[in-house]
Amino acid sequence: MRALKVTSAALALPVVIVIVWWLGTMNETNPFVPKPGQMVTDLFTVWVGPLMAEQVVPSLYRLAVGLGAAIVVGVALGLIIGSSRLARSLTGPAFEFVRAVPPPVLLPVLLLILGIDDSSKIFLIFLGCLWPILLNTIDGVRSVDSVLADTTRTYGMHGWARFRWFVFPAALPRIMTGIRLALPISIILMVVSEMYAALDGLGYRIMLFKQTFQMGPMWAGILIIGLIGILMAGLFRLVERRVLAWYYGQREMEKQ
Amino acid sequence: MAALAATRPAGSRRTAFLRGRWSNAVLGAVGVIAIIAIWELTSRLGIVNPSYLPPFSTVMVEVLDLLGGQRSGEFWTALGMTMYGWSVGLVISLVLGIVLGVLIGSSRWLREYTNSTIEFLRPIPSVGLIPIAIVVFGVRPTATIAVVVWACFWVILIHVIAGVADVDPVADATARSYGLKFFRRARHVVWPTVLPYLMTGLRLCGTIALVVAITIEIVVQAPGIGAMIATYQSAANVTVVYALALLTGVLGLAINLLMRLLENSVLAWHSSVRAEVEK
Repeated sequence: MRALKVTSAALALPVVIVIVWWLGTMNETNPFVPKPGQMVTDLFTVWVGPLMAEQVVPSLYRLAVGLGAAIVVGVALGLIIGSSRLARSLTGPAFEFVRAVPPPVLLPVLLLILGIDDSSKIFLIFLGCLWPILLNTIDGVRSVDSVLADTTRTYGMHGWARFRWFVFPAALPRIMTGIRLALPISIILMVVSEMYAALDGLGYRIMLFKQTFQMGPMWAGILIIGLIGILMAGLFRLVERRVLAWYYGQREMEKQ
Repeated sequence: MAALAATRPAGSRRTAFLRGRWSNAVLGAVGVIAIIAIWELTSRLGIVNPSYLPPFSTVMVEVLDLLGGQRSGEFWTALGMTMYGWSVGLVISLVLGIVLGVLIGSSRWLREYTNSTIEFLRPIPSVGLIPIAIVVFGVRPTATIAVVVWACFWVILIHVIAGVADVDPVADATARSYGLKFFRRARHVVWPTVLPYLMTGLRLCGTIALVVAITIEIVVQAPGIGAMIATYQSAANVTVVYALALLTGVLGLAINLLMRLLENSVLAWHSSVRAEVEK
C-alpha cells in the first residue's frame, strides 16, 4: 500500500504533463512545436541504429575520457596539495582565479592549439571538471578530523598507508561532492564543444538538424542529452550510496 | 619571552610564519607571480608557439586596450549585453523560484507529487536547450535569458523548497496560536528560515548564469562577450581571445565577491554570519 502510494505520487504529475502536452499539440501544424509522440518516434527511427554508433558513442567516449582524467588528476593533486599548508597557500588565489574563468571561454583557444578532433574536446571537458573536483578534494583533506589525524600519527601511520586508509576516506565525502558538481559540467562542455566546432557527435548532429530544419530529429536529440544527464545523475547516486554508505550511516547515528 | 623563543625548535618559527594571515597572502601572491612568470617564459623562449600562447605582457597590453583603448567601445557594449542577459535571467528565475518554491514547499502533498518531476527535469543540461531557444527566440538576448532561466530556476527552486521545509514546526505553531495570519506568518516565520537557503542558491546561480550566458554567446554568436571571443578566434587574433578570457575571469571573481557581500549584508542577523564576524 505504501509502495503504491509512493509510485502514484511519483508518476501522477509526469503523466498529467504528458497528457496535457499531447492533447495541446494534437492539432498543431506549426513544425517548431514538438509533439511527444513524434519525439519518441523520431528517437527510435532516427537516432537508434547507425546514428547512435556514429554520433552518440564518440560523444560519450569524449565525456568518459575527459571526466575520468579529471577525477584521477583532481583527486591525486588535491590529496597532495591539501596535505601541505605551503602548497595550499601558494596555489590558493591562483586556483580561485582560474576557477572563475568560465570553461567554454577556453574552447576557441583549445581549438587553435589542439585542432578540431577529439583531443581539444577531451581536454576542455577535463579542464572544466578538474576544478570542482580538485578544490573540493583540497577542502576535504584540509577539514579532516584533527583527533583522527593525531591518532594515525601516534600509531605510526605514514606515507602511502596514511593516504590510503586515513586521508583518502576522510576526504571522500567532499571528493564525491566535487564529482557530483563535475557531472553536469562534463555534459555541458561535451555538447557545447560539439556545437561550436566538430565533425561528429551529439551536439554537432543536433545543430545540423536545426540548421536543416528537421525539427523532429532535433527534439529527439535534445531528449537524448536530457536522458544522458538523468542517467548519469542516477548512476552517480547509486555509486555514492555504496561508496559513502559508512558516512551516511555515521550521520544517521549522530542525528539520533 | 626571549628565552622561551630560544628554547623552541628551529622549525617553529617557520610554522608560525606559515600560519599567519599575512603569509597566506604573500604565498598566494608568490604563486600567482610564479604562474605568470612561467606563462611569460614558455612563450618568450618559444617552448609553446607564441602564436598559440602570446606572452602574458602582450595579453595585458591587450587587456588595457579593451578596457580603455581602441576596442573599449566594443568591449563595454559586449559586457553590457552579457550582464543584461545575466541579470534579467537571474531575476526571472529568482521570482519564479521563490513563488513556486514557497508554494510547493509549504504543502507536504505538493512536495511529494512534484518531487519526481523536479528530479527528472533538473539534470537536463541547459545547453541542450540552446537549439530550442534559438528556434523560438532567434539569435537575440531573449534566447540567452531563456537558457539562463532554465539553468538557474531549478537551483533556486530546490533551495527554496528545502528552506520552507526547514521551518521550525514549534515556531510555526507558536505563530499560529498567537493568531498570526498567513502573510505575517510568511513574513516573520517562513521568510527568515528560507533566506539563508535562498542566498546560497543565489550565490551558486550568479556563477552558473555567467557561464551559461557566455557559453550561449560563444556557440550561437548571440551578442555579448562570448560572441566577441568567437569573432576574434575566427579572425585568428589570439591575443584578444586570451585578454577576454582573463577579463571574464575577473568578471567571475567580481560576481562571486558581490554575491558574498550581498549574502553577508542580507544575513547579517543570521548566526552563521555573526559567528564569522565575532571571530
